[in-house]
Amino acid sequence: MLASVLVANRGEIALRVIRTARRMGIAAIAVYSEADADLPFVRAADDSVLLGPAAPARSYLDGAAVLAAARQAGAQAIHPGYGFLAENAGFAASVIEAGLTWVGPPPSAIEQMGDKISARNLVEHAGVPVSVGTRQAVPDVVAALAEAERIGYPVMIKSAAGGGGIGMSAAADPEQLQAGFATARSRAERFFGSPAILLERFLAAARHVEVQILGLADGTVVGLGERDCSVQRRHQKVAEETPSPGVGPQLRSRMLAAAIAAGQAVGYRGAGTVEFLVDEPAQQFVFLEMNTRLQVEHPITELVTGIDLVEQQFRIAAGEQVSFDPATVASRGHAIELRVYAEDPRRFLPSPGTIGDWAEPAGPGIRVDAGYAAGNTVTPFYDPLLAKLCVHGADRAQALERARAAVAAFTITGLKTNLPFHAELLASSEFISGAYDTSIVDRILAS
Amino acid sequence: MAEVRAEMVANVWKIVAAAGDTVADGDTLVILESMKMEIPVLAEGGGTVARLAVAEGDVIQEGDLIAVIE
Repeated sequence: MLASVLVANRGEIALRVIRTARRMGIAAIAVYSEADADLPFVRAADDSVLLGPAAPARSYLDGAAVLAAARQAGAQAIHPGYGFLAENAGFAASVIEAGLTWVGPPPSAIEQMGDKISARNLVEHAGVPVSVGTRQAVPDVVAALAEAERIGYPVMIKSAAGGGGIGMSAAADPEQLQAGFATARSRAERFFGSPAILLERFLAAARHVEVQILGLADGTVVGLGERDCSVQRRHQKVAEETPSPGVGPQLRSRMLAAAIAAGQAVGYRGAGTVEFLVDEPAQQFVFLEMNTRLQVEHPITELVTGIDLVEQQFRIAAGEQVSFDPATVASRGHAIELRVYAEDPRRFLPSPGTIGDWAEPAGPGIRVDAGYAAGNTVTPFYDPLLAKLCVHGADRAQALERARAAVAAFTITGLKTNLPFHAELLASSEFISGAYDTSIVDRILAS
Repeated sequence: MAEVRAEMVANVWKIVAAAGDTVADGDTLVILESMKMEIPVLAEGGGTVARLAVAEGDVIQEGDLIAVIE
């Protein structure tokens, strides 16, 4: 097994990776920016190295600084978490070139899946269903109008190199397309350094469901069930659950097979997630994208399978066998994750500030992955995720009941959080029924 | 005269309006960035931009003056 790992991330995910590393006897090295010096993940590590100023470009996104920190601390491996450098193929390659172990997929897999257009073409070739869309980058608005005519409105406009819903919008007609195309392009250049845009047929009333895969050291790819991520605001996930209330056994097995085929097509190793849009009434699905890293919402898969996914990432990176028998993985009960954000619960506007009280819920089936504690300052430099409140129950009804009690028992003062929104979500008849889609948040806010 | 103030800690990403511009209710004055989100600051009521108190790249605190509209 690895002797030491540098965790190239911050907040809750850094802390979560550090915990598993230390449990496995792997020395954990944290890196941090000047803004994060007082956060729990820095203290939880065996060693820590200051990367630089608060701005991500000068700290967590600075690959050279992270590699220098790894050398300074004598780290044997680098775990990227999610976001920042996790899906940067060039960084992954430089880690490997430096003689370190990269706790992630091969750089070639990151590269092929990182471009949404090449990913689409690749998985389609592997027999995975894709939506009607563009097969190459749309160069200008004239081409976009012609492509949209061919695909048929409404269309979704996306950055090929993008993620996190940034710059994404749906267009119902040519006028909306022209506006959306211009916005998507400027955001794509600014956030992702590439102006490439793709268009896809937009499925209204769809569910967003993803499959967790693990590419093992021997090259086999296993599927570990799905997660329903349809509760979104601004195309970003707010709550997730597994199993998906909208996926029947037959559809589930077809989606798992498609996700495994996608993973095999890129020679995948380690933890990855294949995202699909699901047309629930038709029980059909199309490929959306593949995330070549640990997913934010991975804990709900861990709760129902009993498998520590970060442990498997370390084992696979070290060339070892996983800790479970892939032939006998069973899913038990139901799990829900609620993302607790520092934002106001109505308009979802950011709310940085200093945390006064911080009291987490506890009890049977409750898991809290937090990045902050009482007295910490939440700065405007990074995403607003404060904690992930996860609950596990014997069935969906029990998971919902535990989630309601846990939300009520979670106290965070000093800044606005979206906990009141989660209380509304868990009380909404649409969410309780399980028959919801990606527009559920808009409907809850309107009611 | 109306003062436009920041609702939260943020970075000033883009200045859209300039001093002397005539703006209508709801026009974007500047775009802030906080927690990986762009937040447009809008004119509440029309008028002339008498003063812009921020520059691109500034870090502003909750309550800081952004613009004055007359």
